[in-house]
Amino acid sequence: MEDAGFILGSYALTFGAVALFAWRTIRSGKRLAEQVPDEEKYWL
Amino acid sequence: MTTLDPARTDQPITSGSGEKRRGTGTRVTRLLGIGALISLGWLIAFGLGFSPADRDQKESVRILYVHVPTIWLAYLAFVVTAISSAMYLFTKKKSLGWDRAAGASAEIGVAFVAVTLAVGAMWGRLTWGVFWQWDARLTTTALLFVTYIGYLAVRRLGGSHHQRAKRSAVLGMIAVVEIPLVHFSVRMWRSLHQEASVANLDGNTKMDGLMLFSLFVGVIAFTFLYAWLLLHRTRTMALEDLMEERGLDDALLERRAEAVQSGTTQSTTAQSTTAQSTTTGSDS
Repeated sequence: MEDAGFILGSYALTFGAVALFAWRTIRSGKRLAEQVPDEEKYWL
Repeated sequence: MTTLDPARTDQPITSGSGEKRRGTGTRVTRLLGIGALISLGWLIAFGLGFSPADRDQKESVRILYVHVPTIWLAYLAFVVTAISSAMYLFTKKKSLGWDRAAGASAEIGVAFVAVTLAVGAMWGRLTWGVFWQWDARLTTTALLFVTYIGYLAVRRLGGSHHQRAKRSAVLGMIAVVEIPLVHFSVRMWRSLHQEASVANLDGNTKMDGLMLFSLFVGVIAFTFLYAWLLLHRTRTMALEDLMEERGLDDALLERRAEAVQSGTTQSTTAQSTTAQSTTTGSDS
């Protein structure tokens, strides 16, 4: 069952790393966006 | 329920009450996010469930459905960094938007290479019996990772936004040369790492249909994820730059106010000293 540990671990590591990166990006985006008026956000 | 015009794709996401969500999301990022979630679910189902075990690698082949797409998308991310860097350097407008896209793409690429190296080590432990070997492919990939860490460090050096953009653009265009070195390292040197199964020069893919499909699902999932992250990160960087500019403006205004105030105090002091000496002179 050593294989299962590494296989599941590799998926958990991939999804965990991606989720952490995404969470940090979204969180800092939201935090900064609150301090900037909508007129200055080019994507709106 | 959304209050958006379906014909427009660049509108902010609004809730039913019409209140704006003040993040970096739009309808496009929302669609990309949904696409990424669905395809990642498919990747888990096919990668861990439906796809068969390999004749030689046995179950460890399942790791390759995340290992291969992450490095391919990392290559794409670094190519986007190089193209955006060139667009910044060689266009008349010198738009910082290109610089931010380059930086955001490099950050995502570094995250994907880190995942590739970590997941590859697990695959190596199951297939070769070791986590790491100073093999040509592994070493060049580690070098690629370190190079782009350096690129991100250079972006954080001081100076104006345009100074940052110029020096990182040069580095971004040089660093991309490493990608063919990594890809062809297994052909150029004797290597423990297997040669390309899909992206080979012969165009001869010998893979089971379901295995190939699982790999394809992985590529689609990470492409959605990359595009979603790129848009959000680029917008966050724009906000960071804006806040930095504001901080500088505020600091300048503060300094000017201080200077004006101290100038006024000095002139008042000088006036009172002159008045005092005049009074003293008239007394004597």
